[in-house]
Amino acid sequence: MGLLDTLLGRTKPVPPNLDALFALPSAAITLQAATDFTPTGTGSVCFRAAEGRAFSDIERDVKDLLSMGQNKTGVEITSDSYGFTWLVCKHTPEDIEGLVTDLHAVNSSLEAGGFGPLLLCTILGFRDSSGRRLGLVYLYKRGSFYPFAPQVGERRDNAAELQVRGVLGNDLKIEPDLGRWFPVWGAPGL
Amino acid sequence: MARTRYAPDKGLIARMGATMFLIGLVFTAFIIAIVLLLTQYSNVSSGGIVFIAVLLAAGISFGSYYWSDKIALSTAGAQLVSPQDGPMAAELHGVIDRLCALADMPKPRVAIAPTDMPNAFATGRNSKVAVVCVTQGLMRRLDRNELEGVLSHEMSHVAHKDVAVMTIASFLGIMAALLVRFAFYSELFGGGGRDRRGNDQNALPVVLIVMLIGIVVYAISFLLIRLLSRYRELSADRSGALLTGQPSALASALVKVSSDMARIPTRDLRSAEPLNAFYFVPALTSGRRQLSLSNLFSTHPPLERRLAELDKISKQLSR
Repeated sequence: MGLLDTLLGRTKPVPPNLDALFALPSAAITLQAATDFTPTGTGSVCFRAAEGRAFSDIERDVKDLLSMGQNKTGVEITSDSYGFTWLVCKHTPEDIEGLVTDLHAVNSSLEAGGFGPLLLCTILGFRDSSGRRLGLVYLYKRGSFYPFAPQVGERRDNAAELQVRGVLGNDLKIEPDLGRWFPVWGAPGL
Repeated sequence: MARTRYAPDKGLIARMGATMFLIGLVFTAFIIAIVLLLTQYSNVSSGGIVFIAVLLAAGISFGSYYWSDKIALSTAGAQLVSPQDGPMAAELHGVIDRLCALADMPKPRVAIAPTDMPNAFATGRNSKVAVVCVTQGLMRRLDRNELEGVLSHEMSHVAHKDVAVMTIASFLGIMAALLVRFAFYSELFGGGGRDRRGNDQNALPVVLIVMLIGIVVYAISFLLIRLLSRYRELSADRSGALLTGQPSALASALVKVSSDMARIPTRDLRSAEPLNAFYFVPALTSGRRQLSLSNLFSTHPPLERRLAELDKISKQLSR
């Protein structure tokens, strides 16, 4: 924010950075090769629903759009206890490309409707053979990724997260500031 | 190119700019008047008074700026909390985490004040040491959406660097007030020595004039600073509501907190008043009908004005 914006007290809403999302399929392959984590085929987009008709219209259109097509097992909209809306897409585990394309369709619809600044994050779900969960979280405003490995009782598996950071360092732009790896407890689709 | 729903409020920006320009203008006129006066009469004792007043005002401003977070936290009796410090702290951290990710800003520290008065404030000289503090009373009364609205308002204060802006704006007022006080004391205690020397005939009028200028400047700058503070509140309301996309949640929190504020006993309020400038809702019980004069002196805009502005944003979002 510039000096003038500070003086006049105007913060501009931050526009999302959408294109980095397409790096996910190759990152998923790298992750599969180096660790035990495999994609679950579930991904979700999290956004803050604005009040009013304009936003609910867009939300409905997006859901209709995603319900069409092949390789899908479902689309659902849920909201979490923080008042954020989650759009969960389920594909077959092999169809990461299609999943990411769907997630991107959500983003571009919201952005085209003028609600881009309300996008929070996208999560792609992974799981290993012992049942440990891992989410690759994409922060729209930073344009960066970070791993999130929730355990029982709101604890994070920091070792797994740091391991994943090392593995994916070349494929994705990993968020360098660990303070921004904010937890998304109970994220739908994870 | 997608259309934007986030057009800035040009009227508010223009009024805020004009207010700051006026503060700068009064400040410059004040300095020029003092310098002219002193060079005209080259009066040593008045020069000393002005020098000490400027130095002290700079010291006070810098101190309240640099330690703003510590001063505010200890005045409010608030404790910094981590997400592990109980369900209330975990909820607060969760909401703030998401707001930070939405707004792409570094996470401020989080504090809870153990009072039942429902309120919140943000302080700290930059975003690294910024603190967002809420009272237990606020957490108890508001639901998640309303709490988020209040927190987004407070985080907007942090993003707008309101502590720095208001400190600089207040510097003028502090300096003028100190000058008046010092000139008054030197009248009382310094008069005898000058008469005996006899070559300092102009001393009395010069000190008096300095004092008069100080009083006028103080009065004007007081009104301007309060005006600026009200505009900063409106713009924090606006940025906060746009960040969450829920202006009505913020409006509902405002109504809830204000109607509760009016019922709080005064003993609690008096201890809270020095912090008013950065509170969510001022801890002052003015009557139901607000006089225009009390509006002129208050740090926050009247509730009706804030609700009307939020209403405008709500319409803008649903178009």
